[in-house]
Amino acid sequence: MDEFQTLVDADERIEPRDAMPEAYRRTLIRQIAQHAHSEIIGMQPEGNWISRAPSLRRKAILMAKVQDEAGHGLYLYGAAETLGVDRAELLDLLHEGKQRYSSIFNYPTLTWADMGAIGWLVDGAAIVNQVPICRCSYGPYARAMVRICKEESFHQRQGFEILHTLSRGTAAQHAMAQDAVDRWWWPSLMMFGPPDDQSPNSAQSMAWRIKRFSNDDLRQKFVDMTVPQAEVLGLTLPDPQIRWNAERGHHDFGDIDWSEFFAVLNGNGPCNAVRLERRRRAHEEGAWVREAATAYADKHRRVSSTAGAA
Amino acid sequence: MSKRRDWPLWEVFIRSRRGLSHQHVGSLHAPDAAMALRNARDVYTRRSEGVSIWVVPAAAIVASSPDEKDAFFDPAADKAYRHPTFYDVPAEVQHL
Amino acid sequence: MSVATLPDLATYALRLGDDSLVLSQRLGGWITNAPELEEDVALANIALDLLGQARTLLSYAGEVEGAGRDEDDLAYLRDERDFRNVALAELPNSNFAVTMARQLCFSTWQLALHQRLTSSADETLAGVAGKAVKEVSYHRDHATQWVLRLGDGTDESHRRMQSGLERVWPYVAELFTTDELEQRLASDGVAVDVSALRPEWDAHVDSVLQEATLTRPEGGPMLPAGGRRGIHTESFGFLLAEMQHLHRSHPGATW
Repeated sequence: MDEFQTLVDADERIEPRDAMPEAYRRTLIRQIAQHAHSEIIGMQPEGNWISRAPSLRRKAILMAKVQDEAGHGLYLYGAAETLGVDRAELLDLLHEGKQRYSSIFNYPTLTWADMGAIGWLVDGAAIVNQVPICRCSYGPYARAMVRICKEESFHQRQGFEILHTLSRGTAAQHAMAQDAVDRWWWPSLMMFGPPDDQSPNSAQSMAWRIKRFSNDDLRQKFVDMTVPQAEVLGLTLPDPQIRWNAERGHHDFGDIDWSEFFAVLNGNGPCNAVRLERRRRAHEEGAWVREAATAYADKHRRVSSTAGAA
Repeated sequence: MSKRRDWPLWEVFIRSRRGLSHQHVGSLHAPDAAMALRNARDVYTRRSEGVSIWVVPAAAIVASSPDEKDAFFDPAADKAYRHPTFYDVPAEVQHL
Repeated sequence: MSVATLPDLATYALRLGDDSLVLSQRLGGWITNAPELEEDVALANIALDLLGQARTLLSYAGEVEGAGRDEDDLAYLRDERDFRNVALAELPNSNFAVTMARQLCFSTWQLALHQRLTSSADETLAGVAGKAVKEVSYHRDHATQWVLRLGDGTDESHRRMQSGLERVWPYVAELFTTDELEQRLASDGVAVDVSALRPEWDAHVDSVLQEATLTRPEGGPMLPAGGRRGIHTESFGFLLAEMQHLHRSHPGATW
């Protein structure tokens, strides 16, 4: 195991067949699976609006974006599978509620402007979280993230563009945009996880170079990035305490309501049950299709191997 | 879970353009080779990333083991004479 | 302006555009609901291809009409009776077998049509068709692969696939029903006479059904089958209500 830590410390990548501490493997499986589940469940709040997108251009963009999320889930499940688990097992754990996905997707998408707020704030926060993972110590996870970050660069931009258009549109559209930002701002800040002093696993993940920056550092980075963008949008962030602190060289911001975070995390968010139920239903209703394809493959493998022998 | 048979895992290799070799890009699940190829097209070439695809059953790949790493790869390390930079050539000599 | 008074060419572009738009809208409903994640991605690809076709064709219809209507005016501000898609395209997804039966029937027909349309005297239509042929070849292959697997898979999938075919079959006849407008345009070399496509369609579909151990349904055409004349199925009004409500709630807004 010394060799493992030497490689990690030298900023080398750990590859699937390398020796690794069991706890490292378990942590990665849990984190990558949670990340993959988040992509898959995260398709739902936006998928809700594909049928209702207000222009054909927006419909095409949204469909491509939700499709990308399915692709990203696949890349991530693939990365997790290099650690010796099956995707099917991971999906079972998701369906049984034994593995988590990001709590942000337990909030409802109530208006079209939510497509903008998700792209701008939720994807924006996700990108801040994900970019450092491109240099994560586990090779397959890092490579999947490189691909994902490259593809996601359009996701945040399209969200910003939706809000920018709404903000400069009719009074009703502007109000719709402001309402969405009001609802998504605080949950987006919670995406970075609990404050550093309440995040017990962070230190170990940082020593393993799975994680490179602390929750609070990433959150601060996101706030600093987002405040000036809100001004360009002509929308306000729902926190009267946001102001530039020249001494710190960062924006100060108000206290996050962590009781809400933990309530949603523990299953009491507005959509926890709905999201999981829909995911389970799709999986159950697809069972006969998956079985049919397997049966067909069996029959035809037999036929072709018989033919080959003859 | 023991009775259920899930679609097998396939590794996907893509030639991004003519003149380059296929590179490993990731994996996916598919019931058979024909569907694996199609799924690879749909999942891994959404942004015109490829002109040719290989899919290989993950179970068919034979990999070297990290335990053999020293015996496999270290003996090549001391053969510096295989590399052009090993040789001293007067600076004025061209095309060598 | 009612669709009834449009120039022939605009109506023709609208028909083909509505086919693609409505089927894309239906297929979009599979995203997050497909039997496997890879299939979410595959169906979204097909829906995106169709949506791209629809946007070009509706824009072109508006351009030919010359009244300043763009793709969104045509997609969002027409009522049910002014849509010109074949009824097959609007049939609800139901289950995966019904969707694949619909896909096989539609894409086999659409491919045959666009292959001929590539030599249309109308350059725009020929251009649309040139691109669509590549897309739809893949759609037809996708549907073919699935119909084979479901038909020749398990007993349950065979039963479901057969019943999916029975469900969509009554709407197949409309695909090959020509009318005066199409005949006028066809005689100018602009449009494709769909009544000529049947043998080719039968050849592909029959060979797939046979290999998939499925039986070709016997049921006759649904009467009156009239998507092209604006007579749609009951489910279509709900599809439009969902698709159009947001756009219509904010008249004149930009998105």
